[in-house]
Amino acid sequence: MDTGEVRSFNRTDDPEQDQPRVLKRSLSKEDRVYEAAAVAGGLSTLVILAFIGFFLFARSSLVFSEVGWGFFTSLSWRPDASPPEFGIVAILYWTVIIAIIALAIAMPLSVLTALFLVEYSPRSLRGPLRALVDLLAAIPSLIYGLWGLFFLQPHLVGIAKWLSDHASFVPLFRVNEPTFTGSAFIVSVVLALMILPIVTSIVREVLEQTPPGEKEAALALGSTRSGMVRSVMLPFARGGIIGGSMLGLGRALGETIAVAIILSPSLVISPRILETGTNSIASLIALKFGEADELSLSALMAAGLTLFILTLTVNFIASFVVARSRSGAGVDA
Amino acid sequence: MSINLSETREFQLEPASGTLIADAVSCWFGERKVLDRVSLEMRPLTVTALIGPSGCGKSTFLRSLNRMHELVPSARFAGRVLLDGEDIYDTSVRATTTRRRVGMVFQKPNPFPSMSIRDNILSGRKLSGMTTPNPDEVVEVALTRAGLWKEVRDRLESAGGALSGGQQQRLCIARSLAVDPEVLLMDEPCSALDPTSTMKIEETIQEISDRVTVVIVTHNMQQAQRVSQQCAFFLAAENQPGYIVEVGETRKMFNNPDDPRTEDYVNGRFG
Amino acid sequence: MRNFSQTRDETLPTDVPRTLRNWRVDDFSLLIGTALAAISTTWIIYTALTPATGKTGFFLISYIAFLFLYVMTCTLELGKQNAFDNMWTVLTWSAALLLLAPLTTILLYVIIKGYAGLNVEFFTKDLSATGTLDSGGGASAAIVGTLQQVFIAVLISVPLGLLTAIYLNEVKGRFRRPVRMFVDAMSGIPSIVAGLFIYAVWIIALGNVFSGLAAALALSILMLPTITRTAEEVLRLVPDGMREGALALGATRWQTTYRVVMPTAASGLITAIVLGVARAVGETAPLIMTSFGSTAMNANPLNGAQDSLPLFVYRLIANPFAAQQQRAWTGALVLVIVVLVLFTIARILGARASGKRR
Repeated sequence: MDTGEVRSFNRTDDPEQDQPRVLKRSLSKEDRVYEAAAVAGGLSTLVILAFIGFFLFARSSLVFSEVGWGFFTSLSWRPDASPPEFGIVAILYWTVIIAIIALAIAMPLSVLTALFLVEYSPRSLRGPLRALVDLLAAIPSLIYGLWGLFFLQPHLVGIAKWLSDHASFVPLFRVNEPTFTGSAFIVSVVLALMILPIVTSIVREVLEQTPPGEKEAALALGSTRSGMVRSVMLPFARGGIIGGSMLGLGRALGETIAVAIILSPSLVISPRILETGTNSIASLIALKFGEADELSLSALMAAGLTLFILTLTVNFIASFVVARSRSGAGVDA
Repeated sequence: MSINLSETREFQLEPASGTLIADAVSCWFGERKVLDRVSLEMRPLTVTALIGPSGCGKSTFLRSLNRMHELVPSARFAGRVLLDGEDIYDTSVRATTTRRRVGMVFQKPNPFPSMSIRDNILSGRKLSGMTTPNPDEVVEVALTRAGLWKEVRDRLESAGGALSGGQQQRLCIARSLAVDPEVLLMDEPCSALDPTSTMKIEETIQEISDRVTVVIVTHNMQQAQRVSQQCAFFLAAENQPGYIVEVGETRKMFNNPDDPRTEDYVNGRFG
Repeated sequence: MRNFSQTRDETLPTDVPRTLRNWRVDDFSLLIGTALAAISTTWIIYTALTPATGKTGFFLISYIAFLFLYVMTCTLELGKQNAFDNMWTVLTWSAALLLLAPLTTILLYVIIKGYAGLNVEFFTKDLSATGTLDSGGGASAAIVGTLQQVFIAVLISVPLGLLTAIYLNEVKGRFRRPVRMFVDAMSGIPSIVAGLFIYAVWIIALGNVFSGLAAALALSILMLPTITRTAEEVLRLVPDGMREGALALGATRWQTTYRVVMPTAASGLITAIVLGVARAVGETAPLIMTSFGSTAMNANPLNGAQDSLPLFVYRLIANPFAAQQQRAWTGALVLVIVVLVLFTIARILGARASGKRR
């Protein structure tokens, strides 16, 4: 019955009543199973990574008990010597060198190519070119290795020879022996070509997300296209460029087969990148696995552990840098 | 004319002209025509407002005045735009030169976030290839003209993106003014801002029009009345290209227009 | 009804769009002219002035001379700013050509080398009966091995990857940030380390033999991050409105995910799987220490060393005999074709996924 009264609800001044209520989730059984499964899936990644670290470490203990810290200071790798010698220094040196050279070659080329794909290429070609770059990223490294060894190496040897003949004022380009096959230079070039498509794709994605308002502002001020690129697009993409490059670096550090196929293993530390003789941890493991006895195997495990830690560190740094940058959200690292 | 700087100095500015004449301008996006042979004379050192309902091609017209229209891949253009008697679309004229002489302020403020306020102001000069022998003075003059100097004089090195919306827009105006344009185009510069910032920017427009020809697109008729001396009313039927219905002195356009459609629009009967 | 149409004024000129060219004939001839000048200058330097030799040097010096001359002439003709602008255009074109030209030769090279060995026998026979110098026999053992190993790897990694993606995006658990970080980290694991790990755990610690299963385990470690990340991206693209709609109708979270979100993202999820498979098919390194490879057919993935296509190629290419090397190249060609096909499927599905998105 409507009495025409207007009820008023008194606002209480009691502060206790103004607290947010605690809302409990009560899930059906089905959902509880579902969420548990999802959590298990999510945590599986953590578990797997932890296991990898743990087992590699466990298996390396043998070689550490034999050579101790010498593993990290010795240059030689002689399982048949007595006592056996296992040292990762030279191998680590070359691993890092070839990865860094590969990155040095790939990074500027990637940025320029990505710019080409985003700004400078004819519009009608952009779709096919982009597909081509993505396709190149999908080609197995085995194929890169084969192509690098049989097709590219002869040409690169010619370049290396020219450099050592005419540019030997640069200490890097000097050689003691005029043999150029299986050198750090050749391996690095093939690695660079291998990581170029991935880094280019990442940089391209990031460049495409440059805020159009800023690009317009630069052009409206009377800037040329390259001025706009330099002042707006590249600073914006900096995080993505670094992230992509670190990703490429990680890939170059861990690449096994292409390196194993091309290189001529050497345990000598030298700056002579044009000369025959280089190494990498991954290819060492691949090549020496077949004839390894238990101690050698433990040494290979230790080498693998070193590589694992190295690539993890590089990847973590990459995620960190990217997440903090403006273009971070777009990087598909 | 002189500008008072920092209460102690004066800065002499050279007088400039800046007559912009659009002669039968037509614009297309692909096959779709959006402007049909629009002609308009924007008198020097005055504020011309382009008014009309949305979708009539006002912004497209504005962007054809500094050759920003052609940045869209499918864009096509016909007609002439004469800046001080010279056709800016002639093949001998570089678009970058035109854009330096005819500046633009956009609807959404777009300062360069990674640069400081100071670098933002100077960026226009750097990008268009001008030398700047006296950067501090240029920065101060530009910010003073844009009405922002007093608020940011102590933090010129802080990031350009850290200012409020209204301040950012005034920063963009200062940045455009720093390259010494003859004309400044403004595409609904206040539509993303609060009333106080809008008021400040309208004051700025009044002040800079002593030296720069201003062409402003606005949806706000009261704003057009407040800031402009001359008005052009754009209209377009559905799926038809835009055209100018009437041009005239602002006072006349709003009180006593010739065309009945103009009268309907300025009295809010449609829009 | 108001008439907003323009009254036709026939005194206005008819309008025809103008051509606004960016690159004019002058610009082009400038480019060609300086290129020719650079080449001829280098020629003179090479033949007359200095004892320099070698094709490399010739190209390198011509290119540098070309850049230098081009920037100089542009500066004189067009001013410093535009010269710089043109230089950047030349640089980006150069980089693109430098990258794309040699890499397209990869596909051509593999096709040319491998084509000769493509015949029915390649797919139907294995190598157990073939002597070192014979040219008969084929890669059937390797193909079967690859198919089985990848299949098992898919069985393992796809559910795990999807669950992880669901954890990250649908369930949004508490450990989201660390898990995502670890997934990213896992995508950087060198393939050889994955192989070593499985070797250490499965074969040494648990005492099993080399097998296709072991290889599949290693492959799934490598596939997992790819599948997880791509799946997560695809799930993220499903609009929240759909989830909210389902929940508002009283659906459980599981029902929402299973019946609403996943079907919507279906083609994207399949793309994720296809990309993971494409990665696994080409991996060689981890197989060395898990399935070990063999010449005889082993159709049992659970027991005994098993050959697979990448191992097949890797093993035979090192062989000095032509017949063996030919087989290796043919195997490489088959591998490339498989990857190409998978990649194309993924792209078609991906395009359809983005077309469906509303």
